[in-house]
Amino acid sequence: MKRSPRNMLGEDLAKMLKGGVIMDVVNAKQAKIAEAAGACAVMALERVPSDIRRDGGVARMSDPALIKEIQNAVSIPVMAKVRIGHSAEARILEALAVDFIDESEVLTPADPFDHIEKSGFRTPFVCGATTLGEALRRIAEGAAMIRTKGEAGTGNVVEAVRHLKMIAREIASLQTMSPAALQKWATAERVSVDLVKRVRTAKRLPVVTFVAGGIATPSDAALVMELGAEGVFVGSGIFKSANPAKTAAAIVQATIHFLDGVKLAEVSSGLGKPMVGLEIAQLAMTMQERGRTM
Amino acid sequence: MLAGILAFQGDVAEHAAVLRTLHVPFQEVRTLADLAPVTHLIIPGGESTVMGRFLILSGIGKEMTKRVKQGALSIFGTCAGAILLARKVKGKNAPASYALIDMTVERNSYGTQAQSFSANIAVKGIAKPISMAFIRAPKILWTGRGVEVMASHKGNPVIVRQGNIWASTCHPEVNGNVELHALWLRQAGMPAPHLK
Repeated sequence: MKRSPRNMLGEDLAKMLKGGVIMDVVNAKQAKIAEAAGACAVMALERVPSDIRRDGGVARMSDPALIKEIQNAVSIPVMAKVRIGHSAEARILEALAVDFIDESEVLTPADPFDHIEKSGFRTPFVCGATTLGEALRRIAEGAAMIRTKGEAGTGNVVEAVRHLKMIAREIASLQTMSPAALQKWATAERVSVDLVKRVRTAKRLPVVTFVAGGIATPSDAALVMELGAEGVFVGSGIFKSANPAKTAAAIVQATIHFLDGVKLAEVSSGLGKPMVGLEIAQLAMTMQERGRTM
Repeated sequence: MLAGILAFQGDVAEHAAVLRTLHVPFQEVRTLADLAPVTHLIIPGGESTVMGRFLILSGIGKEMTKRVKQGALSIFGTCAGAILLARKVKGKNAPASYALIDMTVERNSYGTQAQSFSANIAVKGIAKPISMAFIRAPKILWTGRGVEVMASHKGNPVIVRQGNIWASTCHPEVNGNVELHALWLRQAGMPAPHLK
């Protein structure tokens, strides 16, 4: 019998994360700050995306010792990143018993042709996507959760909004396609027509969908929640801000009370300087292109 | 009567789908004002640290405890919800809990996601076993005399009740099973034509 590519327990864990904020942390101290502020999970990595962007060089999976340190510090789920296509890094993270693996464009891709065949792992994967086709290719490989790519490390939310809306618009466009057009779309996107039909019927992706890439303020988090995100990843936005603990707590508040203007005004007040933002058109390198056509 | 789902974080939508199937009216609860008309509250699966923090910040934790003591509120907690209802919580960085069920619970007792599993659970009062997921689940290590064990798995209670306060360490809602919710609502006096 052919094993289902779906990681049902991983999809269920993703459901438990909904409505929450997953925060990038680079050490145990930051992980504790994130947990105390109300993060629903932490993403362990060596450098936050804005530092990766500034420093350049090849960005890889974190040192396992660092990940263990973070696992020991907190009680919430711990995620960690591997390079696109780097199944050996994923095997290491699985051995460390991380709760989720992020096959991430923020790190330097390891394979120019293929993503990791995720169905071979017990540990669930979250993958980035910019379009519906890209999201479905990752789900077909076994991803248990999808996040938008946005443009990490910029503090600029525009690309995350673009990707969230692109996916929503493409799902809406499936509704009016003829069977032949649906087949043609599925072939062009290299995904099975059955998966496309599932999306058309459900009017949503079959897995939990978070927004990531460029969220820097509480109001950014509230914006993407209003647009239909099921939760948010915040990278550089917290620990590159003037007051990380306060900013972290405020972003959690804003994610929960995303339609409450009074609450948003209250939590946005007096946070100090947010991270520096970058204009997308002036970037030397965009991370969202990595793995996009694969 | 009105059901409510604590909607700070977690699998709120899955519980909402169950209540819709059962045709039980409900609203999401994020503030004291939201809680006021609610007679039957669900605390969903999610992170107990997050919900614990917001139960304090919102004042809902104190208010729900008061209303339970007055006999004006019934609660069903799944996973994180079970932790928050316990008298005692073991494990690092545990949130403050509300002692509404006389039990000791250990968080992430089976381990990380690598130890998550699903199992068929036979529940007292439900004809067939229900397939349920245990996601980074807590374990009920001890229950007091006033606590009725509704289901066990490998020697540990997994679904318990103390009067109208129910707790489950596993998730009937993620597979869309409605029977456990129906059983709780029925026993906790919620009139609804679609409850068996």
